[in-house]
Amino acid sequence: MKKLPAGIVPSEITPREVFLSRRSLLAGAIAGGATALLPEARAAEAAPLPKLPCTLNAKYSVSEQPTSYEDVTSYNNFYEFGTDKGDPKENAGTLRPKPWSVAITGEAQKTGTFHLEDILRPHPLEERIYRFRCVEAWSMVIPWVGFPLADLIKRFSPTSRAKYVEFTTLYDPSQMPGERDSILPWPYVEGLRMDEAMNPLALMVVGLYGSVLPNQDGAPLRLIVPWKYGFKGIKSIVKIRFTEQQPRNTWAVATPNEYGFYANVNPHVDHPRWSQASERVIGKGLFARQPTLMFNGYENEVAYLYRGMDLRRYF
Amino acid sequence: MKVEQRYRYLYKPVVFAACLVPAALLSLGVVGVQLQSSGSGGAVALALASLLGPDPVAKLLHSCGKTALNLILITLLVTPVRQLTGFTHLVRLRRMLGLFAFFYAAMHFVVYIVLDRGMDWHSIVIDIAKRPYITIGFSALLMLIPLAVTSTNRMMRRLGRRWQKLHRLIYVVAIFGVWHYYWQVKRDVRLPLLYAFMLAVLLGYRLVRRWQVRRHLTSRSGSATAPERI
Repeated sequence: MKKLPAGIVPSEITPREVFLSRRSLLAGAIAGGATALLPEARAAEAAPLPKLPCTLNAKYSVSEQPTSYEDVTSYNNFYEFGTDKGDPKENAGTLRPKPWSVAITGEAQKTGTFHLEDILRPHPLEERIYRFRCVEAWSMVIPWVGFPLADLIKRFSPTSRAKYVEFTTLYDPSQMPGERDSILPWPYVEGLRMDEAMNPLALMVVGLYGSVLPNQDGAPLRLIVPWKYGFKGIKSIVKIRFTEQQPRNTWAVATPNEYGFYANVNPHVDHPRWSQASERVIGKGLFARQPTLMFNGYENEVAYLYRGMDLRRYF
Repeated sequence: MKVEQRYRYLYKPVVFAACLVPAALLSLGVVGVQLQSSGSGGAVALALASLLGPDPVAKLLHSCGKTALNLILITLLVTPVRQLTGFTHLVRLRRMLGLFAFFYAAMHFVVYIVLDRGMDWHSIVIDIAKRPYITIGFSALLMLIPLAVTSTNRMMRRLGRRWQKLHRLIYVVAIFGVWHYYWQVKRDVRLPLLYAFMLAVLLGYRLVRRWQVRRHLTSRSGSATAPERI
């Protein structure tokens, strides 16, 4: 994996303001069009999200140019706000990420429900530029802000029976209108094996591009597991449970022949309906297909977790 | 002169232009994306590129496919609307609509080959052979070829009654097309189901009509031998 030279904060390479100003240029170009009729939309743009103090972790950052802030925040899957990839941005305004609390339950010595502030307080934030590979064969490069999941887990002292960690998204159709449709069994659930969760790449994310996470990208707290397909990165987490049993993650429950528990990025194991050998790089034009890398390029860091496992079977 | 007759010379050009709108918008989008990746164009390029959004290849692929499917359903709408409203001029538009459906289906395939697969023939052959939704989509496209080829007046004359028989293939194309769409969708099948419903109505109409005409014919032939009612 290529590393970024230390000392360069990547969000300086492609400042968020540049993308915002490009957006206002566009808005100007089509002034009188639909955007001019939506005062809320303009207000949302006018109030930029607060900055987060963080330092770049170059060891865990790739050197590829990050996908634009505009694309990262306007093109993603978050079925709680609709099934179109433009829906989350359009509909996530109803989510109230503050106040927020997270329940820690299951096989751990310390459990209970905590204010998000108390969950976050002890953790210094770092910026990490990760590859992001969607199971739908498109990819981005995203500068996340967060802290290692392992550090969070250690605080709650999971017992020896904690073999897995299970995460649950908020279930509240008044905030997440997509949950009114039974497209998926709600609430959204994801999980990791304990050793996967303790891998230093697994990241609890609270921001991107140096600022607080926008609602549509999973505010206020989400998971990023860069060697797995994007759907493992559960958003708007309200519950973390330590368990002995393998969690029944939502996509594997909904379509078990197409999505599994592991969901490791693997160019050699195709989705039943499409090839996973290559990916479309978002924001790189019409000829931006590139080969997909084993474990999304993080093979050196994570291959040990799956030694001896048949990855065709455990897809 | 009825209004519909007075303006009949306008129908074809107007429908022709309307059918070109999706292609024109997508082409402008392609220009925008290309200008952007060559680093020139500024705000204009950005505005044009936004026609295709963040994932331009997916947008091109889906728009061409969806437009082809829409046009196939519209061609199937011509006969019922004509029969229900008596607006006979519609039939003159049907060939054009059908040829545009073929055009967009072919563009859908070209985008898939060139942009989605990057002319990787090995993966294309595997896709068509191994992935059922691509197999049926590809067969639908193949079936459209003889229909497009035999759409000329000369071929209509040459084939005579067989022409109509051959062109019933459009029913199979429509079913395969909607099926292809349904199978391709990840999870939210509401829109494909709506297409399936519309297709069912269009095909169901024909079945009912056929049954009615047949009943009408048999009852008339029956009355011819029976004594006339006073």
